[in-house]
Amino acid sequence: MSELFHVSSAPHVRAKTSTQNVMLWVIIAMLPTACFGIWNFGFRALLLIVATVLSCVASETVYNLIAKKKNTIGDLSAVVTGMILALNFPVTLPIWEAVIGGIVAIIVVKMLFGGLGQNFMNPALGARCFLLIAFTSDMSNFVTDAYSTATPLAELKATNGIIAPWNKYQLTDMFIGTTPGTIGETSVLFLLIGAAILVAAKVISLRIPLAYLGSFAVLMFFFGKRGMTIPEIAATGVDFGTLFTQASTYTLAQLMCGGIMFGAFFMATDYATTPITKKGQILFGICCGVLTFLFRTIGGTPEGVSYAIILSNLMVPLIEKITVPRAFGVVKVKKEGK
Amino acid sequence: MGLKTFIGGVHPFEGKELAENAPIKEILPKGQMVYPLSQHIGAPATPIVAVGDAVKKGQKIAEAGGFVSAPIYASVSGTVKAIEPRRVAVGDKVNSIVIDNDGLFEEVEYTAVADVTALTKEEIINKVKEAGIVGMGGAGFPTHVKLSPKEPEKIEYIIANCAECEPYLTADYRRMLENPEELVAGMKIILQLFDNAKGLFGIENNKPEAIAKMKELVKDEPRMEVVELKTKYPQGGERQLIFACTGRAINSKMLPADAGCIVDNVETIIAVNDAVKNGRPLMKRVATISGDAIENPGNFLYSMGMSYTELVEAAGGFKGQPEKLISGGPMMGFAMFGIDIPMTKTTSSLLCFSKDEVAKYEPINCMNCGRCVDACPEQLIPSRLAKYGDKGLMEDFEAWHGLECIECGSCTYVCPSRRHVAQSIKTMKKQVLAEKRKQSAK
Repeated sequence: MSELFHVSSAPHVRAKTSTQNVMLWVIIAMLPTACFGIWNFGFRALLLIVATVLSCVASETVYNLIAKKKNTIGDLSAVVTGMILALNFPVTLPIWEAVIGGIVAIIVVKMLFGGLGQNFMNPALGARCFLLIAFTSDMSNFVTDAYSTATPLAELKATNGIIAPWNKYQLTDMFIGTTPGTIGETSVLFLLIGAAILVAAKVISLRIPLAYLGSFAVLMFFFGKRGMTIPEIAATGVDFGTLFTQASTYTLAQLMCGGIMFGAFFMATDYATTPITKKGQILFGICCGVLTFLFRTIGGTPEGVSYAIILSNLMVPLIEKITVPRAFGVVKVKKEGK
Repeated sequence: MGLKTFIGGVHPFEGKELAENAPIKEILPKGQMVYPLSQHIGAPATPIVAVGDAVKKGQKIAEAGGFVSAPIYASVSGTVKAIEPRRVAVGDKVNSIVIDNDGLFEEVEYTAVADVTALTKEEIINKVKEAGIVGMGGAGFPTHVKLSPKEPEKIEYIIANCAECEPYLTADYRRMLENPEELVAGMKIILQLFDNAKGLFGIENNKPEAIAKMKELVKDEPRMEVVELKTKYPQGGERQLIFACTGRAINSKMLPADAGCIVDNVETIIAVNDAVKNGRPLMKRVATISGDAIENPGNFLYSMGMSYTELVEAAGGFKGQPEKLISGGPMMGFAMFGIDIPMTKTTSSLLCFSKDEVAKYEPINCMNCGRCVDACPEQLIPSRLAKYGDKGLMEDFEAWHGLECIECGSCTYVCPSRRHVAQSIKTMKKQVLAEKRKQSAK
């Protein structure tokens, strides 16, 4: 034969979206929040973001060099990890601690398990939890206008929800984000803009965030510290309307403070560490919601989002196992004894 | 709204404009003809001619090798030169009858039927069987077997697969525009076999002219209906088409007949009409030749046994140097390593591309994004099945319904990590099925 033609298995065409595109969309979706964080907390926030991203990208490059593998930073997932991690820092965090965070996220949590898509735990969250334990005071040193203050979430916890935190921080402040907290978690408004970008670009579906926020809100509404518990109605004789307003305000405050919004849209939706089955994703979201509720109400620390998501990450194989979807046209799966 | 469709699927670049306006042209075979004895699913046909025999056009040269098999007819007159293994489009070598074409086209006499409605059901099925008709959508399942279900009275729908969901292909579309009467006549004959059935023409809505034409033709046919379908791949997949048209779902262990349906391709139904009415055996069909590396993309009525070379010549030859040739559509077709290969009953197209689009892609890690899950028309978890396939985990593969895969390639198409998802699944499917055969043989 005189000419040689290419031969490959079907299909012979491909869709345009690549892994790089997907990661780029996630970066774009985080930009509103990041920009707001920089505006809110100042130039140091930008410095932290850049340092963490560089640390992540460099770690991946070095790891690939040592492991004699092709460099994988082109897929941009290291940039995404770096950004998520940095947005989880208080603005006062020393730069070198942020750099260590990046190294832990990429080397320990991601690359040692096989790189992109193979890690069982969200790299950014793994590193954040590591830092929380290693540098506890630095990681929870929140400031506004150069004074150390408690976050709305911490206040909510410390006061047992009884002194309404919205006296000091109005719900609108929490929504816009001019409250103390980590760089990226404070502004519900800009997080929602980012979430809208992710959904519009078809990067994430709403299954996990809605299941997460929904289950969390329901639990908080009925069983939270200021919730609408039945014994309370019976015991105090408070009228229904007052209790309803109180419970819903409390629930809203819970939804808008701390890392739950950021967690639900940007961390609990991480592809690699969540179930691939649709039912499983809903179950995973509920798992996160229940755990966050438990950590926030009866846990020792104010925040619980990171631990809730990480623990749920660990349950993914089990969740997938019980949610294998039935194939099209398969009526009943016969269970055979193994 | 109200367009019927299935769950999942993808929207590949259509590319139909290249050939959709080119009327069907007949090409007369010039060179040597090669008739592979296996152009269908089932037992290979048995040759009934010997080397040196003179044959006429329309003469049977190979007899069906069993019930699930089909005879083969010469499409030219000439002499049998050899009976030997020859390379076919999918890459295998298949025992074939080679005929030297004398260019005279001396034809046998066919016995036409004046009144088709007077034929009994057995007579119709017999004529279809004798004509060597097989499913011409690609699988090549003998049509007479399909038309003889266990309980014919339970068949409620005869679905004409006019979806033509593969990009670039326009042969069925041209048939619907140019020979719609034959399509309707063929459907009428098939409906004669099934008293309780309705004839449906499932057409994707990217072919408005075909829909209008078919609607016009069936408006006085009480037993026929045109079903408009959403343009989505793989709308023409058998299980997907049945679901879209009737709302019934079948799995890999069921036949369409289990859901009261029989699905036939456009070409097949036209061939049924030709066989029953005119007594002509299956020798010709329409194929599309398209792509950016062919001079004049178009639709050609070719004679089975011709080499692809003649099809390329008829379309004005290659434009530049093609890098990839595909027999069939770009989603499920086979890449060929040469064109001196015979066209058979199941050849629907030749696509010639100056660039191999997929060659530049390097697969990277699966990031578990689930795009393949959304695209899978069988509601499987393709990425996981591919992983089980690569690791050889047969049990897990089966537990996650791997055998339900219809090999449409939607998962590979959407994969942002450019992984060969469908390929891994197809390979594993073959292994599992082979293993099952081995066990049942024990």
